[in-house]
Amino acid sequence: MTRKYELVYVVSPEASDDQVADLHTQVEAIVQRVGGGAIERTDNWGRRRLAYEIGRHKEGTYVLEVINGTGELMKEIDRRLKVTDLIIRHLVVRVDEQQAVIERMKARRTATSQRRRVARGLPADRLPGEGQRGDADDDRDDRFEIGNERGDR
Amino acid sequence: MNGRKSFGAKKGGRGAAGAQGKDGQRRPMFRRRKVCKFCSDKIDDINYKDVKLLLPFVPERAKILPRRISGTCALHQRKLRVALMRARQLALIPYTAE
Repeated sequence: MTRKYELVYVVSPEASDDQVADLHTQVEAIVQRVGGGAIERTDNWGRRRLAYEIGRHKEGTYVLEVINGTGELMKEIDRRLKVTDLIIRHLVVRVDEQQAVIERMKARRTATSQRRRVARGLPADRLPGEGQRGDADDDRDDRFEIGNERGDR
Repeated sequence: MNGRKSFGAKKGGRGAAGAQGKDGQRRPMFRRRKVCKFCSDKIDDINYKDVKLLLPFVPERAKILPRRISGTCALHQRKLRVALMRARQLALIPYTAE
């Protein structure tokens, strides 16, 4: 039973780029060794300030990995990351169910909007000329604010 | 959205403080109805990685902004809470601020 997981780990700021890359290959090795999984995507967020100190560290390098695999595989990765000194924090989250829910909600939303538009005698999809509500609102608000300032002066 | 509203209000107050007092007397109980940001902006995915989205819901003290103030609906507040707690674990958002 393969599921989709997201793994984010924070690497100590003292680690060099090579060490960060090495950690990635280590994770990859675990995925390959346990089998039945694959890394879908890797994303290095680079060095970020931590919101609070983690054991006298104030910065960290964030790496995100999207992994398709079994719970057993994630358990093993979790265990290995826990004992790796270079990693100061990590988080494993299962995402496939939430993503399915989000897709469903989006599909339902477009379906209702299309149905309503057809009922109003409009083409089902929004034409490029028709402004998005959010953007138009923003424009109006800005103009209003500028007008206000002129009035004050 | 909320930020901008209060910004505008402050401006008016600075411009004409006396007039605002009168305004308050004319309509003492008027309060703009709060709407859920996630419902109105149609944000389906409240993700722990999206710090920019989450930050308005953690005021100075870094506690989670209650529903009665932000106006978030129950469904989205629950999702927001999970996202905030995950973001906290990764030190993207503070647990506390002194």
